[in-house]
Amino acid sequence: MSEKVKVVIIGSGPAGLTAAIYTARADLDPTVIEGEPSSTTDQPGGQLMLTSDIENYPGFVDGIMGPELMSNFRSQAQRFGAKFDTTKVSRVDFSERPFKVWTNNQTGDEPAYIADSVIISTGARSLLLNIDRETELIGHGISTCATCDGFFFRDQNIAVVGGGDSALEEAGFLTKFAKSVTVIHRRNELRASKIMQDRAFANPKLSFIWDSTVTELHGEKSLETVTVTNHITGDSTELPVTGLFVAIGHSPNTDLFKGQIDMDDVGYIITNSGTKTNVPGVFACGDVQDHIYRQAITAAGSGCMAAIDIEKWLKQSEN
Amino acid sequence: MAQKTLMLNDSNFDEQVIASDVPILVDFWAEWCGPCKIIAPILEEIAEQNSGKLAIAKLNVDDAMNTARRFEVMSIPTLILFKEGQPVARIVGAKPKGQLLKDLEPHL
Repeated sequence: MSEKVKVVIIGSGPAGLTAAIYTARADLDPTVIEGEPSSTTDQPGGQLMLTSDIENYPGFVDGIMGPELMSNFRSQAQRFGAKFDTTKVSRVDFSERPFKVWTNNQTGDEPAYIADSVIISTGARSLLLNIDRETELIGHGISTCATCDGFFFRDQNIAVVGGGDSALEEAGFLTKFAKSVTVIHRRNELRASKIMQDRAFANPKLSFIWDSTVTELHGEKSLETVTVTNHITGDSTELPVTGLFVAIGHSPNTDLFKGQIDMDDVGYIITNSGTKTNVPGVFACGDVQDHIYRQAITAAGSGCMAAIDIEKWLKQSEN
Repeated sequence: MAQKTLMLNDSNFDEQVIASDVPILVDFWAEWCGPCKIIAPILEEIAEQNSGKLAIAKLNVDDAMNTARRFEVMSIPTLILFKEGQPVARIVGAKPKGQLLKDLEPHL
């Protein structure tokens, strides 16, 4: 049997949970389809579940751990009556109102939810290198979560791929454990913010390989070396590392909505006048519609906007 | 009644895991690991539903690094299922309950 609801929120990072807090307080009884446990960013709580200290979220003078912050968001939404369904959305139909939403958990073909309105806050996921043996070596030297796995590389030589804030943040975090951390970046300058760069260049355990990409992974049971290719000279070298952490960017989680919601050419949802998508009654907030700012605070801010937009829209559509 | 989750460390690991008369699932975890926290309540549910068929134990890798190293744990959460003291299945990374059950069931 389908459950009829006013608001379904798909995704449970800072955007989705802030939307849940606001819509719950507006008595809209939101249901948050929060995702399924995993060890990638694709899990309840989203990308922050894989981070350690968050130093720039206002209100926490000494910083706060990412998972703790998200667990606080969730408890706060629950306090006001938001309901949580720990599963993933498998399919949506936005072609007519009310909207239909199917999940992985449901039995039968009927949609799990019939919703007057939907907030999409599915966020973005980290990209992988897409080279041979990468998937096979995850958990055996290749890691998608520095905070989960850094500890196991105590006194070892490891590498981070990428040149943005998240790459440098991971690299800095990993120097707490590792003997050395090599940052491999495809350009000859970093994209990261000034403060992150200054910290990185001052860190004696960090070194850099520029203009290069990782092209091969080697090792029998677990990672032993990687081949690094300089794309300007064409030279390849073997770098002995037992751990490789990949932080080369993000891709929006929008496969579910292809063909139903307008997106830009890389798959980010296009929003207008606040958080409206091209489908009236479907709103989007957080990283799924933002490839520029991508911060916890901006995601939370846009989640609040979506909740206010939806409240207004529901009131108007009743009349 | 729900069984109490067994807490393992470097010194009681062998004794407890070998002494178990049912298969024992060891959860290698740590306080600082987000995904570990997400699966903890799921493991408790699984333990309750399989009471008498499966024991669940937790091993904090911060406190029991030697045992983690001995079983080549390089990523957490890692779940290792021991039968008669021998590892028979290994699950790396957090997974939904349905998937965990599917991975464990053939061994129970």
